[in-house]
Amino acid sequence: MNINLTLIGQLLSFAVFVWFTMKFVWTPIMGALDTRRKEIADGLAAAEHGQHEQELAKERAKEVIREAKGQAAEIVNQAQKRASEIVDESTGNARSESERIIVAAQAEIEQEVNRAREQLRRQVAELAVSGAEKILRKEIDIAAHKDIVEKLAQQI
Amino acid sequence: MAGDTLTSSEYIRHHLTNLTYGQHADGTWGIAHSAEEAKEMGFWAIHVDTMFWSILLGALFLYFGKKIADRVTAGIPTGTQNFAEMLVEFIDDSVRGSFSGRNPLVAPLALTIFIWIFLQNLMDLVPVDVIPALAGAVGIHFMKVVPSTDPNATFGMAIGVFILTLYYSIKIKGVGGFMGELTLQPFSSDNAIIKLLFIPINFVLEFVSLIAKPISLALRLFGNMYAGEMIFILIAIMYNAGVVLGLFGGVLQLGWAIFHILIITLQAFIFMTLTIVYLDMAHNEH
Repeated sequence: MNINLTLIGQLLSFAVFVWFTMKFVWTPIMGALDTRRKEIADGLAAAEHGQHEQELAKERAKEVIREAKGQAAEIVNQAQKRASEIVDESTGNARSESERIIVAAQAEIEQEVNRAREQLRRQVAELAVSGAEKILRKEIDIAAHKDIVEKLAQQI
Repeated sequence: MAGDTLTSSEYIRHHLTNLTYGQHADGTWGIAHSAEEAKEMGFWAIHVDTMFWSILLGALFLYFGKKIADRVTAGIPTGTQNFAEMLVEFIDDSVRGSFSGRNPLVAPLALTIFIWIFLQNLMDLVPVDVIPALAGAVGIHFMKVVPSTDPNATFGMAIGVFILTLYYSIKIKGVGGFMGELTLQPFSSDNAIIKLLFIPINFVLEFVSLIAKPISLALRLFGNMYAGEMIFILIAIMYNAGVVLGLFGGVLQLGWAIFHILIITLQAFIFMTLTIVYLDMAHNEH
């Protein structure tokens, strides 16, 4: 139980042990603990961030779908409108075409009628002239009375 | 038992004597062969057993500590690393709980103190006669295996802590601040003359409380371990007193050893906590 040099020896070895612990034992272990703590915190933060991102993406997807639906409806509307327009247009075209055809036909008919009438008139005139010629063969000169006959033929 | 020819008091005395190396009365250097011889060697002698066991235990701790620290990973910890991390976190929690400043030395210091004292105290659980008998077989007369029952060991650590306390007190508060802490409280006055009169009184009070810290720190550990060791020795004497008392002694030793597990851990923890608290006081202004 004597106090002696052992005291100094213990003091020195204590100091060395503390130094060694601090440098080679405590610091690496504590460093690993801190690193792990940080890694876990980072991981949790990343997970939370990911979740947030996912929610945002979902929201965005919903919006895109809604937009697409709207656009599709619009396109369908436009197509329907265009179709009815086309139908209207072609109906109009057909109608005007038919009118045109009718008008042309009528004109042709009229022309035919005129031509027939002309021919008829000419034949009648010839007939009348030849009749008159037969009747008047003896007393009337053809050349002298031709214009009178033609005037007659024109009045038919 | 160390020898049947010994009386009980001789047996106890034998167990409480350190293996001392120093200068004999006739001027030669060597191992003391009796307690008286060891005493005569004075200050310039060394307790070989205390030094050997404490350094061996400390080195053991540092060896395993270094081995674990070298393989330490921030990933998934396994086996020994789990154990080391548990210890480190326990110490870290204790330091965070009691120490408010920032000093990278305090936590490793606390760890060293806790483990080293615990290991030293743990030697108490080795039956008192085993190692001395083995040492006796190879010709070593005295062998005190529990370093913390040697006041040199406990005072060595306590003085180490005390030096750190003084160092940080002066470093943080300056020489003036530290002297002021010693002389200007607890009694203080607005009157300069009365204040001057209070200085010696304050100094005596504060100086005693300052010195009391390392002394109580060292003596608490020493006293507890010394008493525990003494009880183990007394129980061991019963083994010589017949079968009935011997069996009773065995039961007592088992009981005391189990109880002692609590004491050795508690004493290591108290030493560590008080160290942290003293260093915290050194870092804080009153």
